[in-house]
Amino acid sequence: MSEVILEARDLQLRFGGVQAAAGASLTVRADERIAIIGPNGAGKTTFINLCTGYIKPESGSVVFAGRDITALSPRAITRLGIGRSFQIPQLFIENTVMENLLLALSAREGSWSPFLRLDRHPKIDEMWALLDIVGLKQTGHRIVRELPEGMRKLIDIAVALALEPKLIFMDEPTSGVSSHEKFQVMDTLTRALDARATTAIFVEHDMDVVARYASRVAVWSGGRIALEGTPDEILNHPEVLETVIGVGV
Amino acid sequence: MTRQIIVGALLLIALIVFPLLSPWSTVILTVALCEGLAALGILILLRAGQVSFGHGLFFAFSAYVVAFMAAAKFGREVLLLVPIATAASGLVAALVGLFIVRYRAIFFGMLNLAISMVFFSLLEKLFSITGGADGKRVPRPTLAGMTLERESFEFWMFYITLALAVIAALAVARYLVSPGGKALEAIKSNETRLEYLGVSSRKVLYGAYLTSGLLAGLGGAIIALVSGHVTPELAYWVRSGEFVFIAILGGAGGVAGPFLGALMFQIIRGYAAVYAPETWHAVLGVMLLVIIFFAPAGLYGLILGRKRAGDAT
Repeated sequence: MSEVILEARDLQLRFGGVQAAAGASLTVRADERIAIIGPNGAGKTTFINLCTGYIKPESGSVVFAGRDITALSPRAITRLGIGRSFQIPQLFIENTVMENLLLALSAREGSWSPFLRLDRHPKIDEMWALLDIVGLKQTGHRIVRELPEGMRKLIDIAVALALEPKLIFMDEPTSGVSSHEKFQVMDTLTRALDARATTAIFVEHDMDVVARYASRVAVWSGGRIALEGTPDEILNHPEVLETVIGVGV
Repeated sequence: MTRQIIVGALLLIALIVFPLLSPWSTVILTVALCEGLAALGILILLRAGQVSFGHGLFFAFSAYVVAFMAAAKFGREVLLLVPIATAASGLVAALVGLFIVRYRAIFFGMLNLAISMVFFSLLEKLFSITGGADGKRVPRPTLAGMTLERESFEFWMFYITLALAVIAALAVARYLVSPGGKALEAIKSNETRLEYLGVSSRKVLYGAYLTSGLLAGLGGAIIALVSGHVTPELAYWVRSGEFVFIAILGGAGGVAGPFLGALMFQIIRGYAAVYAPETWHAVLGVMLLVIIFFAPAGLYGLILGRKRAGDAT
């Protein structure tokens, strides 16, 4: 069994009267593909925010590769090797797609020389390869603001991948992507994750995607991971069928 | 890109030739270049979506450093005064920046204003040291060891300033297309993503603020030399506002913009002072309104045919 890469322990967080996290715990092993599923608005994104430093828990801890990262900033956590993409893509919308990715590659390489033109970055080939992974090579020179939401989501993932994280959180990676492109994108994305030995945790509402690409499924309910198991076990669980998938049994 | 180079080259040729044909213009043009340098500093901050209403601080600080040094026996040389005074302003920017870069938007702008006004008050109140509202005279220093008459001194100072302005503009243009310059734009666009790239937005803004302070300091050092007199007015909020005015008037889309804006500002001020001495501030105000409504990319954008303020080089 591979090593534990991330361990969230008993995370607690309250927003006013809402218990957003109520003892949320999850253990993630290297090379896993964990899908987090659950009803809309249940707090799945909050769990990602807690693990990536965007929000600090009231209690509990997050340990990444043996180091407590609970109190660290998003910047410090990113530098340790955790990447993320967002439910609402977080990109530099006034810049081109190329510039977004090259900036990520500069951040990874620490290449901030004022004598280097960003558009002549030595990692430009890698930039095109990353765009190829998400099937958007043709958008390289486009301004992000002009692109549809689905494309932006994929670019957001490519930006996160550019950092070569050990662990990546993806918040609804295929939402906004057309149904016939969904599997194509996930196939290339999974190949890229495999090639980089990147562990992935993704929030997903499409159960076909969950069934096909997750190695383990965690069900978020009541501010915590209520159930865990293989896709087969979870997607056929009566409670999941009723509360998450919306099929009465 | 070709059009930008042509605009820059034409502006440069005009600036080289004009003082040869009209020697009376050297001081006005030198002042315009000095203000253009300070506005270039504002342009850098505008790229990050931040506006400073207090860059008079750096402008005045280096001007007073020049005044004090020129009055002392060891500092009567332009080639010594300009770099030392500029570096001194850079030091002030380095100290102030540690605090300022934690803030954004209106807080960033107003804190800059507050600090510059504190400095303005000190210049006014510490009469025995600074000369108060009367300011300090700046004895004409030597230039490369030569003692020059006023006209020759002003003539050579103009071309030195022009050379420094060209170097500064090219360096800033290079910086703005580098990863650091693009990270600066990213602060305006999406600071959350920048942090999730592992990049410190404060560090990026700090570098920009320091550069910006150095540019304003360079302008201030030279203006002290060519005007031969410094007053607290250099640190006053109106002066800081003028730098922002010039940057917007010229356009923040390219490094030639602040210099175009500064030249236009001097032309408007000069003519308005003659033909509308009581209302020349109103003329400037109307001009700014026209630019904001009809040419938000400024004069530089107007020349390049850009419509939006965000159309950047």
